[in-house]
Amino acid sequence: MSTPVSSSDAPRLLAELIAGRFPDERGRFGPFGGRYVPETLIPALERLERGVREHLHASDFQQEFKQQLTSWVGRPTALTFAARLSEQWGAKVWLKREDLAHTGAHKINNAIGQALLARRLGAKRIVAETGAGQHGVASAAACARLGLPCTVYMGDIDMERQAPNVGRMRLLGAQVVPVTSGDRTLRAAIDEAMRDWVSDPTDTYYLLGSAVGPHPYPYLVRELQAVIGREARAQILAANAALPDVLIACVGGGSNSIGAFHAFIADAAVRIIGIEAGGRGAGLGDNAATVAHGSPGVLHGTYSMLLQNEDGQIQETHSVSAGLDYPGVGPEHALLAAVGRVSYQTASDDEALAGVRALSECEGILPALESAHALAGAQRYARLNPGSSILVCLSGRGDKDMPTLQQTLLKSERS
Amino acid sequence: MSPRERISAAIRAAAAADEPALVAYLTAGYPQREKFREHVRALAAGADVVEIGVPFTDPMADGVTIQRASLAALTQGVSLKWILAELAAMRDIKAPLILMSYLNPLLAFGLTNLAQAAADAGVAGFIVPDLPLDESQDLRAALDTTQIALVQMVTPVTQAPRLKQLCAGSQGFVYAVTMTGTTGKSVAVPDDVISYLDNVRALAKVPVCAGFGIRSREQVERLRGHVDGVVIGSALVEVLERGEDATRWLQGLRG
Repeated sequence: MSTPVSSSDAPRLLAELIAGRFPDERGRFGPFGGRYVPETLIPALERLERGVREHLHASDFQQEFKQQLTSWVGRPTALTFAARLSEQWGAKVWLKREDLAHTGAHKINNAIGQALLARRLGAKRIVAETGAGQHGVASAAACARLGLPCTVYMGDIDMERQAPNVGRMRLLGAQVVPVTSGDRTLRAAIDEAMRDWVSDPTDTYYLLGSAVGPHPYPYLVRELQAVIGREARAQILAANAALPDVLIACVGGGSNSIGAFHAFIADAAVRIIGIEAGGRGAGLGDNAATVAHGSPGVLHGTYSMLLQNEDGQIQETHSVSAGLDYPGVGPEHALLAAVGRVSYQTASDDEALAGVRALSECEGILPALESAHALAGAQRYARLNPGSSILVCLSGRGDKDMPTLQQTLLKSERS
Repeated sequence: MSPRERISAAIRAAAAADEPALVAYLTAGYPQREKFREHVRALAAGADVVEIGVPFTDPMADGVTIQRASLAALTQGVSLKWILAELAAMRDIKAPLILMSYLNPLLAFGLTNLAQAAADAGVAGFIVPDLPLDESQDLRAALDTTQIALVQMVTPVTQAPRLKQLCAGSQGFVYAVTMTGTTGKSVAVPDDVISYLDNVRALAKVPVCAGFGIRSREQVERLRGHVDGVVIGSALVEVLERGEDATRWLQGLRG
């Protein structure tokens, strides 16, 4: 990858990262991040930033958040030792079970946290975008829980491949708006949610679902998702009396991964690997592996790595999993890659599908296609490092993927 | 006269006749790439400043018309490089030319090279809708070398202290957005927008032009005396789409 971080700057940036100095007061993670938005949104982002500073770490907010996490989300989620998979792969595989969280994925941690914040900031309505539909469902559920009206923008291609989630959102009282502009997937849904927000920046709260976007979203989302890594670290120490050799999570925009990684960044002995969607191959348009194949640029309000052509036009992406099908990545991941703390690799559509099959058959867990990318990465790691202990963030469950699985894994079985 | 001053002067000269100056927008290469030069000339004949949109895949401040125009232009292979080459080949246009571009195509071109390439093409200013003043140091420094303007936008929700900073920082003119929302929706101009525009004009040392949703003579008349100019965007793109005479349509907006 090309990067604006020189090799001489990397050690200093890594030290500052571990010391918790990012984002800085300008909303930067080293050179990445910032706030690149139309002027109309500046007052709303400044208000949000003040709200985050005032409430997020205040004890009454944290108490309210924790109470929702335990009584409604179902936290802490389990840490499962995958005994048969471990035997098959020749390693010790642990799963952090975000698939067991309410609504079926880690997205709910962020959705309920931001919805609580929105209520404190006096928001009258919530808008959200969704790719796989998990963030849309989580937002719809959180808004129902708190009595806030919710509008979800979703690309019409995603509405088709994640049809079960569209119905869930509607049952949860959200209005789902199909997006037919742009690439008609997650990226166009974010464009459209931002256009909605620009139209009513005072009363509307934009509940962004990933660790992307303008400051303070990457920070806010990380803080709300960091519960994943905090729990997992304590659980694996209790169960195994040692930290894992490696921690692996899938990376689209990067919210489950940043949440899983955050508590482990200072543990120098723990290798950290992010798995991006390798899709059909390395060519532009065939994957959504932003760190692996991208270059720096600005999209959706943040300076980070992007899949773009030489004219700076954003490229369409491909992944079998809608949740990873995004041409950008959170700015903190761009820094983690640039300083070498996290190794970003890819898993192909086929490897992810094999991961779905392996976990379903060995452990009785049907993982989301997104999470299956992390499993594919874990299998590869096990092959190269036999006997190692591997912690995988299983970000969500796969029920939502049945339409895709009918056309892939199950189709080949029928023939 | 520097490029920045040329923009301000063109707007002031028109406004001196008690009619707001017209800043006319087109998306480069839309509807027909081969008619780009012809369309620029048609706009320059009817307006005081011509604003040329560099198409981008993700125009988040724009409504459906400019989204449609941008994607169609990209499909026809329009790029910043192509636009600058076309403009460099038609240096006889008297109206100052402004490029409207989202930041990423500018970053991909390279900010250092951009200032000189834009100057060589006769570009007098830039409007970058996703680049707030706080993040604009690099582009500003680059454009300083050729005295090309970086136009700032202000909006009805901009708070007083920031409004002052934006007015002070804007070059060429201040782009006063008339409403919250994306470009292209027709708007009535309510009294509170008029008083907001009066306020912007009192703070700004450069001329003030109102834009977003302006498409009729009635709106222009309502704004007269409160702004130095108006920006006509989506409505004009639709005129070009329909294949109508853009010069005449622009003349119809004047008294």
